Amino acid sequence: MSLKKLDFSILQQCMHCGMCLPSCPTYDTTKRERNSPRGRIALMRAVATDEIPLSQSFADEMSFCLGCLACQSACPAAVDYATLFETSRAEIEATGVSVSAPRRLLRFLTLDLLFTRPRFLRVVGKLLRFYQVSGAENLVRKILPKRLRELERQTPRMAAQFSNDLIDPVESGDGSSKKVALLTGCVQDLVFSQVNRDTADVLLANSCEVHTPSVQPCCGSIHSHNGEPGMARENASRLLDLLPPQDFDAIISNAGGCGSHLRHFSKLLPNEPRAALWDAKVRDVHEFLAEIEVRSPDVAPFEEEKRVTYHDSCHLAHGQKVTLEPRQVIDLIPGIERVDLSESDWCCGSAGVYSLTQPEQSQLLLERKLGHIRATGAEILLTANPGCVLQIQNEMPELKIMNPVSLLAQAYRNESKKL
Amino acid sequence: MIDALTALLGAENVLTAKEDLVPYSFDGTATFRELPVAVVFPRTTEEVARCVKICREHQTPIITRGSGTGLSGGTVPTPGAIVLCLVHMTKIVEIDPANLTLRAEPGAITADIDAAAAEHGLFYPPDPGSMKISTIGGNVAENSGGLRGLKYGVTRDYVMAVTVVLPDGEVATFGNACVKDVAGYSMKDVFIGSEGTLGIITEVLLKLLPRPEARRTMLATFSSMEAAAETVSAIIAARIIPCTLEFLDQMTIRCVEDYTKMGLPTDCAALLLMETDGHPAAVEDEANRMAAIARSHGAMEVMTAADEAESLKLASARRSAFASLARVRPTTILEDVTVPRSHLAEMVTFIAETAAKLELTVGTFGHMGDGNLHPTFLTDERDEEEMKRVHQALDLIVSKTLSLGGTITGEHGVGLAKKMWLRDQLGDASLNLMKKFKETIDPDCLLNPHKIFD
Ligand SMILES: Cc1cc2nc3c(=O)[nH]c(=O)nc-3n(C[C@H](O)[C@H](O)[C@H](O)COP(=O)(O)OP(=O)(O)OC[C@H]3O[C@@H](n4cnc5c(N)ncnc54)[C@H](O)[C@@H]3O)c2cc1C
Ligand code: SF4
Ligand code: SF4
Repeated sequence: MSLKKLDFSILQQCMHCGMCLPSCPTYDTTKRERNSPRGRIALMRAVATDEIPLSQSFADEMSFCLGCLACQSACPAAVDYATLFETSRAEIEATGVSVSAPRRLLRFLTLDLLFTRPRFLRVVGKLLRFYQVSGAENLVRKILPKRLRELERQTPRMAAQFSNDLIDPVESGDGSSKKVALLTGCVQDLVFSQVNRDTADVLLANSCEVHTPSVQPCCGSIHSHNGEPGMARENASRLLDLLPPQDFDAIISNAGGCGSHLRHFSKLLPNEPRAALWDAKVRDVHEFLAEIEVRSPDVAPFEEEKRVTYHDSCHLAHGQKVTLEPRQVIDLIPGIERVDLSESDWCCGSAGVYSLTQPEQSQLLLERKLGHIRATGAEILLTANPGCVLQIQNEMPELKIMNPVSLLAQAYRNESKKL
Repeated sequence: MIDALTALLGAENVLTAKEDLVPYSFDGTATFRELPVAVVFPRTTEEVARCVKICREHQTPIITRGSGTGLSGGTVPTPGAIVLCLVHMTKIVEIDPANLTLRAEPGAITADIDAAAAEHGLFYPPDPGSMKISTIGGNVAENSGGLRGLKYGVTRDYVMAVTVVLPDGEVATFGNACVKDVAGYSMKDVFIGSEGTLGIITEVLLKLLPRPEARRTMLATFSSMEAAAETVSAIIAARIIPCTLEFLDQMTIRCVEDYTKMGLPTDCAALLLMETDGHPAAVEDEANRMAAIARSHGAMEVMTAADEAESLKLASARRSAFASLARVRPTTILEDVTVPRSHLAEMVTFIAETAAKLELTVGTFGHMGDGNLHPTFLTDERDEEEMKRVHQALDLIVSKTLSLGGTITGEHGVGLAKKMWLRDQLGDASLNLMKKFKETIDPDCLLNPHKIFD
């Protein structure tokens, strides 16, 4: 895939009105057009028409872009920024304008090895968990050089049990009337497997039969986002084989970043007949719950009333346009006061591996986000993407962060305790 | 010259790499493109003045730029020019509630100015569709209008003073905080709407109003565009001055609905967005009368926004009209013709007929209360034959406008896009005087050359 081969009208679709500029976090920082959606599209167009070469400077610009897709939500002209962005990154990778040996190795380790082999990913996860709880971590932290130490600190803490330990391949309650597949995700599976358990519980409590194959391929979003469409296609095909869409009423994702990619398999696999049906059945869990008119719990999740606020993950809000439903779900829960977070749909700087590739801009966005969170006075931050949780938790370890689904699951659990 | 500019502003404020320049080769106008030789970002009036002096020494033309949302090619560089971009001068310097004024730097965003005024219960009415990103400097330089023009007028009506860097690098302030002032020619008015060709505005003093206490927003749907146009004429004839009477045709409604998904009625031929504001009792009375007039002129349905949030949503949906239309085809060419309001129905019909005759797709919307229409041709610049027909259509629409006593541009300015028609509208005497004026103030033709006229 290259910019030149891309249908030119996708590039032309941008009529440079500038309406997207105020929602772009990088333009907001620098006020330079090249760091804005409109400017980046102009550069892509210039590459497509040979006005500029595919230079290191172009590659740097695409790396500086968060891929948060706030511009896509803001754009009245329906510019498909996601496709333009992924095509640009793919072309940069394919032509190798910005390679260095360590970068290659890192990409190989993560994209080729870890995120295509789910079993292997879990083994690494177990090792990391051992590393973190055994005390070796503290020792290593003392001897690592500063820069590496900072990176190392960003390694998420692994959960004691992964999703397959917590969820059976098929679970159903009394009178299940809907059959759904639950995608466990990669980071979600390793670090937040409890969220997957909670998701299953909430679905069970709402008359669903939940299918959760114990070994699931990565959805491929991380590959697509980082310029590896080939691997993304491979992962998509494997998912289609594992969970044929015709067998389910819905395919449920609970991680914003995955869901946004999962809905576009027909674009990724144009010759795959099952892809369109797959796309039509993918739902973010909150969206699905709102659709089936989720049951409101009778009791509160906590003893005391709690103040919470909700942060929109980019790929849920902008990638999937799911903004109302999580709030509706939260508002159903008794004993919870939800206050608005200002700039709730402004990127927190996590953006996949952005915190590693662009630490400064990432930090800037994170601090802005933390300021707004503090201003709400909320005791719990609710958000639905593991990347955001990791990013924010790293700087605010004292804050409780939960997925809205987990809050709901907790309330349901309290119901049965009361009985 | 680049060295001198770099020494003055610092390397981070002078861009020269091709990847940095490409995004400054266009503005919101379709089809015009040209690379500048550099882009500079001054941060004070003093720095602007010194930039001008350096460029003058090297006889390098300067294109002043705000957010680059202009719709007449005003910020498209001429060959060899530098772009002087004011987006770092964004301060709202002072709000004076006693005198109802606000002082701001030129890069302040229009919406931020009104928000700052609102904190004091005050109001800055001009609200161009681009207000979320347009700069006040750009607004003054284009004398921009907005959705509230009918009752509140345009940018010019709110400018009390401007500080300007002149083409020789001198700094002058025209106007002051006095409500009345007849000391000499009104020079500030010369700079308002001058499209960056006479001076660089580095500070503005704006007039504010008390914020209206109440507001009512309504939507009326029609089965023909003419019925909507006649409703507008009837409302004005009934001596009601609503703040907004905006018009959208079916093509525009569908595109806006596609974008906003707010449930606009997409099956009607035309829609009027009507708004009245002011004292609650007056608002109530005017709203009722407007609804009655719309009904008696064939409105299929009249709906009222339930609350402030819904009003805001409707207004922002209307603001997205132009860019929403761009969903349909790759190239969007919009017009800005304005006619005396009594000729609106005739003009609307003429546009539709012309497009049909030349087999073109057009979406028309506009500030109907001001007689200002934006017929927008949806086309593809790569299709030369179709582009020829678009230009034919534009010529016909412009001739018709002029024959009705209208103007080729109500609010977007002449820039590059409309200069071929300026003589037709103004006549020789008027145009020559304008040119003489430009030569007197800017003899070397350094500021935004070849804009408005050659
Ligand atoms: C979606 C959309 C909707 C719009 N809706 C409206 C509308 O409703 N009404 C309306 O009137 N316009 C509208 N416009 C046009 C445009 O937004 C206005 O003309 C606006 O005032 C331009 O502001 P800017 O900061 O982008 O100026 P720019 O585009 O950067 O500049 C415009 C012109 O002003 C000059 N200029 C800019 N700053 C200065 C300065 N400080 N000193 C001297 N000259 C300067 C430039 O040289 C140029 O000629 C719309 C545009 C878009 C894209
Ligand atoms: S991406 Fe959309 S909003 Fe941004 S400039 Fe292009 S058309 Fe306008
Ligand atoms: S994806 Fe985000 S950072 Fe990138 S251009 Fe769009 S708004 Fe800006």
